[in-house]
Amino acid sequence: MAEVVSLSEAVAELVHDGDTVALEGFTHLIPHAAGHELIRRGARDLTLVRLTPDVIYDQMIGMGCASRLIFSWGGNPGVGSLHRFRDAVEHGWPVPLAIEEHSHAGMAAAYVAGAANLPFGVLRGYTGTDLPAHTPSASWIDCPFTGERLAAVEALRPDVGIIHAQRADGAGNVQLWGISGVQKETVLASARSIATVEEIVPELTPMHGAVILPGWAVTAVAVAPGGAHPSYAHGYYDRDNDFYQRWDAISRDRDRFQAWMTRHVLETAGVEEYRASLVEAATA
Amino acid sequence: MTGNGYTSAEMMAVAAARRLTNGTVCFVGIGLPSRAANLARATHAPECVLIYESGTIGAKPRHLPLSIGDGELAETADAVVSVPEIFGYWLQGGRIDVGFLSAAQIDRFGNLNSTVIGDYSAPKVRLPGGGGAPEIAASCRETLVMLEHTPRAFVERLDFVTTVGYGDGPGARERYGLTGRGVTAVITDLCVLEPDAATCELTLTALHPGVSADDVRGATGWPLRAAEQVDVGAAPSADELGALRALKTFDGRNGG
Repeated sequence: MAEVVSLSEAVAELVHDGDTVALEGFTHLIPHAAGHELIRRGARDLTLVRLTPDVIYDQMIGMGCASRLIFSWGGNPGVGSLHRFRDAVEHGWPVPLAIEEHSHAGMAAAYVAGAANLPFGVLRGYTGTDLPAHTPSASWIDCPFTGERLAAVEALRPDVGIIHAQRADGAGNVQLWGISGVQKETVLASARSIATVEEIVPELTPMHGAVILPGWAVTAVAVAPGGAHPSYAHGYYDRDNDFYQRWDAISRDRDRFQAWMTRHVLETAGVEEYRASLVEAATA
Repeated sequence: MTGNGYTSAEMMAVAAARRLTNGTVCFVGIGLPSRAANLARATHAPECVLIYESGTIGAKPRHLPLSIGDGELAETADAVVSVPEIFGYWLQGGRIDVGFLSAAQIDRFGNLNSTVIGDYSAPKVRLPGGGGAPEIAASCRETLVMLEHTPRAFVERLDFVTTVGYGDGPGARERYGLTGRGVTAVITDLCVLEPDAATCELTLTALHPGVSADDVRGATGWPLRAAEQVDVGAAPSADELGALRALKTFDGRNGG
């Protein structure tokens, strides 16, 4: 049964330096508050996993939390580069970042395999591209029935899977809806899991197209209202597209990035203070 | 402006939109492709089915989304499915007519690079990476590519093959087991290139109004061949321009 705890307790207890950690979310429901908590705790040497590392991974990489990244598309959607990610790959700042790169379809198949307790996933992909030459976790397998050669990707089995959801009940049953990405697979592929939620409700009323993760399949649930910002929580608040555009200038320069992280993450105690610090900066 | 009351970027969007017929099921990349696909939906192809890789099937956004997962895509979609499902059942399953992509570099066989400029292990520029593109170009029935026509983008040799067009030429797609036909048109701000039926090499088939074949050759990093007959595309109509300029970005700015 998922324990309902504070976010700082969940992170302290379940995430250790050197772990492989997947903070998933495909544009929607990205667990920013949990990423910030890892930054505040000074997490080091993490292998970060995610199809679409965006601003929260840019922040974690820029703060030196990660030594390795497994991913398929690392950009600021609709805006451009992730400057901290690029600085780490191109110049090793603040620490070198090893990369292991797939396509979205490959990453999705690897999560599905992990969730299904299979050693690898199979897909039509990668043939003719330069990816497999650089990605040891992508290889080939011959179909035992037709002889057809297909791509095989090693299963993803993170130590910790972290997601953000709209809500949970007191027993730790988690409910999310809207664009659901690979969050279900992430939780089920991971040895331990944390779900941050917008709110805890007495009863989960059915929602159209919702994904339910029963409390007994989740390790810890923590309340973090607004915890996806600048990503969004369908039905609660919209994607802060302006922030994603502003991030380009903030993250381009190392000093400006560090000053921003100090003011809005290191010097705030949690998601509430983080949000308040953004409002304060905007009105200053 | 070209002096005709529209920009080359507008001409590119209009020429690309015209390629989508009504009812086409289209897997849309963000940026240039998303703008052109939404223009098609606003003009001659209202029944065009837009699929974004966030799992939104039949999205009908009222604004141009900034990301492939903006909330409006989910709110207006016929169905929202998970990422493993969109890539597994719908794309790999062979349900998509047209994949609509962009890239940083393209070569004469329509292969695309969106991974690195320079050496992979010590890149000059680390680009975002393949994302959905490799399998979109593998499995859609055909692929359209949009990019600005510059010598830096149209190169003799890619720094990295992220996505396969026609590989090293005829027979490569079959050898690789790629189920879709491959790149059927590259739409740029200068012209349209299409693969030669025999050699698979991208050749100049249509110029935008006011552009010369020499202009195109000067912006192409390989010795570009022209088809026997090179058409001149129609300038954007008043309706097309009006619809393009009426497209709004997520924050209400003019997206056309």
